[in-house]
Amino acid sequence: MKRLSSLKELAGLRQSIATVRDTKKQVVNICGGTGCIALGANDVIKAFNEEIAARGLQDKVDVRVSGCPGFCERGSILTIEPQNIFYQRVRRKDVAELVQATLIDGKTVERLLYPDLTTGKKVIREAEVPFYTKQKRVLLAHSSRIDPQSIEDYLYFGGYAALSKALSAMKPEHIIDEMKASGLRGRGGGGFPTGRKWETTRHAHGDIKYVICNCDEGDPGAFMDRSLMEGNPHSVLEGMIIGAYAIGAHEGYIYVRNEYPLAVKNARIAIEQAEEYGLLGDNILGSGFNFHVKISRGGGAFVCGESTALMASLEGEVGEPRAKYVHTSEKGLWDRPSNLNNVETWANVPQIINNGAKWFAGIGTAGSKGTKIFSLVGKVRNTGLVEVPMGITLREIIFDIGGGIPGNKKFKAVQTGGPSGGFIPENLLDLQVDFDELTRVGSMMGSGAMIVMDESNCMVDMAKYFVTFLMGELCGKCLPCREGMKQLHYLLTRVTGGLGTIEDIALIESLCSTMWDTSLCGLGYSAPNPVMTSLKYFREEWDAHIDEKRCPAKVCKPLITYNIMANCPNCGLCVKACPVQAITPRGKKEPVVLDQVKCTRCGSCFDVCRLDAVLVK
Amino acid sequence: MVKLTIDGRQTEAKEGAMVLDAARALNIYIPTLCAHESVSAYGACRLCTVDITTRSGRNRMVTSCLYPVEEGLAVKTTTEKIAAHRRMLIQLLLARCPESPELKAMAKKLGADDTPFPKEDPAKNHNCILCALCTRACDEVVGQSAISFVNRGVAREMAIPFYNDSDACIACGSCFYICPTNAIQMTDKNGKRRFVMPHNTMEFELAQCAQCGRYHLPKRQIAWMAKKSGQPLEFFARCISCREEVRL
Ligand SMILES: Cc1cc2nc3c(=O)[nH]c(=O)nc-3n(C[C@H](O)[C@H](O)[C@H](O)COP(=O)(O)O)c2cc1C
Ligand code: FES
Repeated sequence: MKRLSSLKELAGLRQSIATVRDTKKQVVNICGGTGCIALGANDVIKAFNEEIAARGLQDKVDVRVSGCPGFCERGSILTIEPQNIFYQRVRRKDVAELVQATLIDGKTVERLLYPDLTTGKKVIREAEVPFYTKQKRVLLAHSSRIDPQSIEDYLYFGGYAALSKALSAMKPEHIIDEMKASGLRGRGGGGFPTGRKWETTRHAHGDIKYVICNCDEGDPGAFMDRSLMEGNPHSVLEGMIIGAYAIGAHEGYIYVRNEYPLAVKNARIAIEQAEEYGLLGDNILGSGFNFHVKISRGGGAFVCGESTALMASLEGEVGEPRAKYVHTSEKGLWDRPSNLNNVETWANVPQIINNGAKWFAGIGTAGSKGTKIFSLVGKVRNTGLVEVPMGITLREIIFDIGGGIPGNKKFKAVQTGGPSGGFIPENLLDLQVDFDELTRVGSMMGSGAMIVMDESNCMVDMAKYFVTFLMGELCGKCLPCREGMKQLHYLLTRVTGGLGTIEDIALIESLCSTMWDTSLCGLGYSAPNPVMTSLKYFREEWDAHIDEKRCPAKVCKPLITYNIMANCPNCGLCVKACPVQAITPRGKKEPVVLDQVKCTRCGSCFDVCRLDAVLVK
Repeated sequence: MVKLTIDGRQTEAKEGAMVLDAARALNIYIPTLCAHESVSAYGACRLCTVDITTRSGRNRMVTSCLYPVEEGLAVKTTTEKIAAHRRMLIQLLLARCPESPELKAMAKKLGADDTPFPKEDPAKNHNCILCALCTRACDEVVGQSAISFVNRGVAREMAIPFYNDSDACIACGSCFYICPTNAIQMTDKNGKRRFVMPHNTMEFELAQCAQCGRYHLPKRQIAWMAKKSGQPLEFFARCISCREEVRL
């Protein structure tokens, strides 16, 4: 690898990569993201390599490991080029057949194609899978083509062109103007205008300034940042270099959640490769601009994603937030001006520089521009990462892209924005998703987690679930959050346990109001959201728990009973399944007897019964 | 100097001063539990929350112990809403430390008789409200950091490392003096200084004055003072009264 010392040399390198690349070869692009790895992608990759070697096809076929295109639920997924065939749920045992049928005979293997959920018709091309058709993939556009561990791949697909443009044709002020004009708002949750943040940091006093990338992503069910960092780390890095140049920073940090080993690894490789090519380090591309990036692994708490806690953690202190009355862009890491942005925010930067602010501002709504990646999880048929233009409706995301609710169940709510986001009910499904609309209905954009709930979810229980999560993740520094969450949990447990009263609800409301107004950081003041939206939109469920001691969704254990019906033929399955021996047989063909005192309401009998002879009341 | 109004009164404060200081200079009462002039502001108790309107018209609630004064700021130290929040906060604390006389007195002052929340066993938190005054005093004033917080979230506790390693403690008692709820006890008896902390006890030897024979200072504190001041150890062999006598 040769260090590039001018823009011309970069252009030359790009050209030579293109000429070396053998476009006549067939390519098997296998997703190497964490989701697919969990489903056996490493075995599939190995099997392809072995099979191709065994058949002597090395000169005809390339096996490439790509980033995550987002359809993790269907892993292991792969595409074969140039035929452009999309295979899903591929296992090791399928590889020999794929090599023979597709790579050698040029046929498709029907059974590994994606079946359209409504028509059952097999879909051949990735772009025709309904999960992808309504998406607008800008940031994820190349993720199923690029090998995240190869800078040459990134360069081949136009990578670092934005950096060359910024360094050669744009002054720092000009870049900041462009960012401001684009309307990009931070993707980490707060939605603060990125250009304005850069400008403040640029103008802040101090010789040493930092740019930081927030890849802490601790929200349950969220994995957009992981996926970007694993799948296309150079796009994030390129954004950071451009940002540092605009801001006047020469040092940067990527703060990555320690539980993301592949993201840490790929970010590290990206930094090393960029340094070797002179795209990072001293005198970048001969421009005289210096910028160094280090990786710091996270402290292991959700709250470490909060800007001041993150900086404390980076300094080696305990990851606890502090008051932000003086902004971190003025006094952040080691009290120096520091610009923190989310992974996805950084990844948007090269796109804006390449395509222009006008192009970016042309996507989205009046107050929220561009695309947003959501991780769509929970009770939807297609779970995964979806990149959509701002302003798309919740209905389109959940029903068109997500394929609706599985098992013929009814949609109940969607939680956006992570554990402290609000629950949005069915009558708001046509809400246009953007920063302001989500806040207006009591939820938030957050980092983009989207958890779908159906009629089998109890909304009081869901509120309790998130309060329990946050109770374990908060730092404990400020009183309203620490003690408040403890009491909120206590009060919610009363309601789900059938002990709740109308006074409890009044107390929950005033407690939430105090937490909202007086907590030290965003964790404490957004934590009431799930509880308050549950109360606002699903009050009848609370009333059922309180007035009738009934859980309509049949979730809250103290409020339900399992009952054996008359059609039970004494097959014995439930007797064996019951972990506390609460079920005894009475004799041949006679329904078994369930001891309500012994029963722990685990639901095992209900799950094993094949005749619907167990009724939950 | 910065000009601002607090509860309608015009006042001036030094640049960088906090709203809490400016209010106190006017003899306006703002309840606090985690602020102290000897240590940096921290913002744990949130009782000092006030209502501010900036010159540009932005209105919000902030903690006065951490919010620096600014030109044209209009502060209301209490509103109905803030009074309700303070009552809620003190009620949360009363549930945590139900027997603390200091908290009960403050609750009364803030208009709360009792707490609507279940009271924890007093033996669980030993009146510690986690205000971090002791840890900040030990760190910022003494420079020893012998005590700190352990565990995260609702399990947070003030403790010494591993609950038993008191090597860094010089037994000076700064934590005892600064604690707003008497959660730390200190007694000198039979040549020993004994600390009863919320989650551990520690004992240290006291030194005897070479002249009057009185037990005066913990031996460790003497070593610390000698090191910090550069005076020889012998200088501290006699208690301060005996030393003063000589000087007279
Ligand atoms: C409790 C809490 C957790 C957060 N976690 C994250 C996170 O995991 N990733 C992230 O980018 N921002 C997170 N944030 C938001 C950050 O504080 C900060 O606003 C963001 O990183 C700024 O980048 P942006 O302007 O690009 O959005 C969190 C905030 C809070 C209050
Ligand atoms: S005195 Fe301000 S938060 Fe405690």
